[in-house]
Amino acid sequence: MYTQALNTSDGEDRGVEDAAQAARFQARIDAEERIEPNDWMPAAYRKTLLRQISQHAHSEVVGMLPEGNWITRAPTLRRKVALLAKIQDECGHGLYLYSAAETLGSSREEMVDALLAGKAKYSSIFNYPTLTWADIGTIGWLVDGAAIMNQIPLCRCSYGPYARAMIRVCKEESFHQRQGYEIMLTLCRGSAEQKAMAQDALDRWWWPVLMMFGPPDQVSQHSDTSTKWKIKRFSNDELRQKFVDATVPQAQFLGLTVPDPGMKQDAEGHWRYSEIDWDEFKQVLAGNGPCNRDRMAARRKAHDDGAWVREAAAAYAEKRQARQHAQAAE
Amino acid sequence: MATPSIKISETPLVLHVLRRADDALILGHRLSEWCGHAPMLEEDMALTNMALDLIGQARELYSYAARIEGKDNDEDKLAYLRDERQYRNLLLVEQPNGDFARTIVRQFFYSVFADLYWRAMMRSGDATLAAIAAKSEKESAYHVRHSSEWIVRLGDGTEESHARAQAAIEYLWAFTGEMFEVGDDERGLIDAGIAVDAGKLRAQWLKIVSGIAAEATLTLPSNDWMQKGGRAGRHSEHLGHLLSELQMLQRSFPGATW
Ligand SMILES: [Fe+2]
Ligand SMILES: [Fe+2]
Ligand SMILES: [Fe+2]
Repeated sequence: MYTQALNTSDGEDRGVEDAAQAARFQARIDAEERIEPNDWMPAAYRKTLLRQISQHAHSEVVGMLPEGNWITRAPTLRRKVALLAKIQDECGHGLYLYSAAETLGSSREEMVDALLAGKAKYSSIFNYPTLTWADIGTIGWLVDGAAIMNQIPLCRCSYGPYARAMIRVCKEESFHQRQGYEIMLTLCRGSAEQKAMAQDALDRWWWPVLMMFGPPDQVSQHSDTSTKWKIKRFSNDELRQKFVDATVPQAQFLGLTVPDPGMKQDAEGHWRYSEIDWDEFKQVLAGNGPCNRDRMAARRKAHDDGAWVREAAAAYAEKRQARQHAQAAE
Repeated sequence: MATPSIKISETPLVLHVLRRADDALILGHRLSEWCGHAPMLEEDMALTNMALDLIGQARELYSYAARIEGKDNDEDKLAYLRDERQYRNLLLVEQPNGDFARTIVRQFFYSVFADLYWRAMMRSGDATLAAIAAKSEKESAYHVRHSSEWIVRLGDGTEESHARAQAAIEYLWAFTGEMFEVGDDERGLIDAGIAVDAGKLRAQWLKIVSGIAAEATLTLPSNDWMQKGGRAGRHSEHLGHLLSELQMLQRSFPGATW
């Protein structure tokens, strides 16, 4: 669902490469050309992208879990089908993104192993629990909404396979966002109990969603090289502000209150939010969010329980190939 | 406060359609439990696809059942506001997922049956049922293909996968007989060319299933004692738990719109 600005780029690893090649590479980037898998690229560019794309892929896959928590309890058959299809889309996003990352020279298996070993990150937002049906609406509305803000600029990312994956992904994310908002609208037009459910979900998700854009610009370490390489086109704070400005009127239309009593609209029309609790963000990234342990346990369980299935598929493919060879030799 | 169950006018045709709808919903629900937890992402996609097909079939069938019943029931009332004694699905489809082998064997047994069933139903004198059958058959044909491929991979894969697939067959075999059962209330519909005589599909089902099992080096049990009851609303203990989850919101917020 989402890519988060979590890492520093690896600008410091550069320096040994041929300066002329590096200059040609940068000239191509400056000319808005797309870099393709077989093109020369600085090692640090490759490493930065590999980390970002694989984190994004992990986020799509781990992101299936909080919403998956409501598949069996969706309140109508239409909602059940829509939720299942949405989660299936997220799985599809994970698959395209792993493929995009593989073009940079790492296998899906290696990337998944890194996730399961706790060495790779995924978006902090998926470490929060889905407690009521309104959380499903809120995730679509806000989490997919924030993902779109982040990912639309990535459709112009300098790395071709990532940019192309993002174009396809963004179309689906905006459908998810509308679907989530429609769940919220239905709840807000429903009974007092349903409206309270919607408000409670917004209260719990608002701040974690703002954290999805990553640390504030003054402490974010990675933007320089990522910007120069046109992987990142807007700063964390710029994207966060865009998101808030787009979302506040949507909350007002729903008749919901953004849980930030200090929020004010400035003279230019921007909604200025209060200080974000960055300690909470750090804790969640460090593994101490409300669901970090459950999410990792669920992914490890799926992986471990599925090992014999993957082994069987591989063993069968091998046997079949051996039989075909034997037949051909006859 | 809780929303009480609805009453259904169970005419033979309503009952007949509900049986098909309940099979599809309950199996779709079971498959949906895998989403996010499958052995590989490709299977998260595939199992979810089959769940979506089946729940889609259920929706059309429930809507049709509600229409012929002619009261103010609809797909959601039929799915969310009947209790387990009112559900008419096969015992097979309500069995818990177990390991991947059990899920695949359950899918294989049901899909081979459903595909034969829908193919025959395409000639139903009831135009709506014939149309639903035509659409469902395309889906079940894919489910047969997908599950058969896995049966072969698991059966002829590793020692462990073979043992698990064989155990799943042994576990589920006694639930297969119910698929071919024809209720007294269905005779009239069969004679009128509206419903399919499921009993007549058994030989063909067995032939297809035996063929794939042989390719997979798996053995079908010789025991032909069969557990029945689902079609009459006498279920295993598992269905009640499934329904309590499925129906949770509709039961606890009477009259709410979602
Ligand atoms: Fe996504
Ligand atoms: Fe995403
Ligand atoms: Fe999404």
